[in-house]
Amino acid sequence: MSAQPKTFPQTSPAIEIRGLCTQFGEVVIHRNINLDIEAGQMLGLVGGSGSGKTTLLREIVGLLAPSQGTVKLFGQPVLDPDPQRRRALRRRFGMLFQQGALFSALSVHDNIAFPLRELRTLDESMITDLVLLKLGMVELEARHARLMPAELSGGMIKRVALARALSLEPELLVLDEPTAGLDPDRSENFVKLLKMLQKELGFTVVMVTHDPETLAGLATRLAVLADQRLVACGTAAEVFAVDHPFIRNFFSSRRAAAAIRQGAS
Amino acid sequence: MTVATIEIVERAGTQQVQLAGDWTLATMPPPVSRLELRLRDLVAGNPGWDLRSISRLDSAAAIVLWRAWGRQWPAALAVSPQHRLLFERVETIAADGAPAPARESLAWILALGRLTLSGASHLLAMIGLLGQLILDVGYLCAQPRDIPWREFSANLYKSGAQALPVTALIGFLIGIVLSYLSALQLKTFGADVFIVNLLGISIVRELGPVLVAVLVAGRSGSAMTAQIGVMRVTEEIDALATMGVSRSQRLVLPKVLALAVAMPLLVIWCSAAGIIGGMVSANLQMNLSYGFFIDTLPRVVPVANVWIGVGKGLVFGVLIALIACHFGLRVKPNTESLSSLTTTSVVTSITVAIIVDAVFAILTRNLGIP
Repeated sequence: MSAQPKTFPQTSPAIEIRGLCTQFGEVVIHRNINLDIEAGQMLGLVGGSGSGKTTLLREIVGLLAPSQGTVKLFGQPVLDPDPQRRRALRRRFGMLFQQGALFSALSVHDNIAFPLRELRTLDESMITDLVLLKLGMVELEARHARLMPAELSGGMIKRVALARALSLEPELLVLDEPTAGLDPDRSENFVKLLKMLQKELGFTVVMVTHDPETLAGLATRLAVLADQRLVACGTAAEVFAVDHPFIRNFFSSRRAAAAIRQGAS
Repeated sequence: MTVATIEIVERAGTQQVQLAGDWTLATMPPPVSRLELRLRDLVAGNPGWDLRSISRLDSAAAIVLWRAWGRQWPAALAVSPQHRLLFERVETIAADGAPAPARESLAWILALGRLTLSGASHLLAMIGLLGQLILDVGYLCAQPRDIPWREFSANLYKSGAQALPVTALIGFLIGIVLSYLSALQLKTFGADVFIVNLLGISIVRELGPVLVAVLVAGRSGSAMTAQIGVMRVTEEIDALATMGVSRSQRLVLPKVLALAVAMPLLVIWCSAAGIIGGMVSANLQMNLSYGFFIDTLPRVVPVANVWIGVGKGLVFGVLIALIACHFGLRVKPNTESLSSLTTTSVVTSITVAIIVDAVFAILTRNLGIP
């Protein structure tokens, strides 16, 4: 077997969104959104505040049911009525929440071990080995395993949360503002880490972010949400070509455009 | 997804273990420990390992193999470079194993010491809080414009007025139970009329204040700790401080004053309900008329008992509010700390109330007994 980049054998796209509409009472958030994300892609979801990026992300992971339309992950509906299948599907993706969402009552070790223990097929020494491996992957040390989340710095919280999201080796990683609240230096390191792990593990990435550097560093494709629709989707160059007030505004700041062009090239 | 398979072939006199398929958490046959044992049995024959047919290998499977190999590279291994990287990563971490928590030989002595020190630090901090409150009262006497009337009245309503129904109910029921049980005993001695003395002294002097203290500690004490604790978690207290608002004046003092005013009143209210309950029960059980009961009560229960009850109420109120605020201010920004400190706050205030009650009983042993 040659050393080809490791990807997951997929026949259907990792994410398939069809005719998705979202409405909260009278307020329409999304109108007829269609989006395909192929396995191995890294998609950055962009949009103004209140444009429903996070809502879309929550619909992708099945935390929220869309008013209309379907979301399929790996060809299976994310809100499968069968609890067994739904559970199995949820083990195939990991989510990194904006604030980390670490369980504050559990130590770092137990936080990462939590999804592994839920499988109920692994013994404790195996779990410990796996946790140490994941800690190594996110460049933390074994001695950090005994700390409690309250004792961690912002950057470490993100890393532990990432280790937890990766603990089942998911095929899809959903990131909500992965670098929000980190200083530029840490944020750059975190992006590097994510990129390295993606290369190693080959997962698909969907992320919401405001930070142009993060977009430039990670996203291979962009999707732009504005006016309740998906106004553009494609590579950076393709998105720039679309004439839309939001796109012009968002990428007009020279820093953003430069960063993304540089990243795209 | 294909299942993980193990195949053993003989090639040129040596055993060759060929692994194929997907080796991942999802595809390894559970329980994983049995798979590991099976692989370990194979290792005993010192075979060559051929992992080139594995299509997917994740870190869990890599760890299973690595552990089966005894945490070292097997003599003969054929593996794709991609997967070799994974084993190299496993090699770096699994070598040092789990970090064993440092074991202290005299752990219980350390625990005892820590307990004593933390108890002392709580006591010191509470004395500090009390001192701060006294200073605040002095300041507010000089600057009456700054008195937090709104907070005071809100706390008075929440912990006083809203507690009226539940304290009345509990007092009434306890009065009935006490009267009923005592009546049975007193009847056998023909001492029926002493029910008034018994109920009067026990409820007014002892049960009323303690019952209210337990109820208020559970009701308002926990609410105060949780409120201040959440304000700590969400940095609201720091926000107050940056606006130049003293947390002790605006948060702690109104609570302490409100309970200091509300508790004595609640004690009178609860004792009255208890006496009424006892009176009703005595009337039904022993045909003791209401008129006789009401007429006898002031004669056999000196008024000093009421003052003792009210005084206890005042002290309990101040203590409960102080303890609740103290623990609330110690909450760290996580859910575990909030829940454990709220529990500690309620348990501490009930315990302290009962200890102080015992002290009261000793100090006032010559007062109010006819």
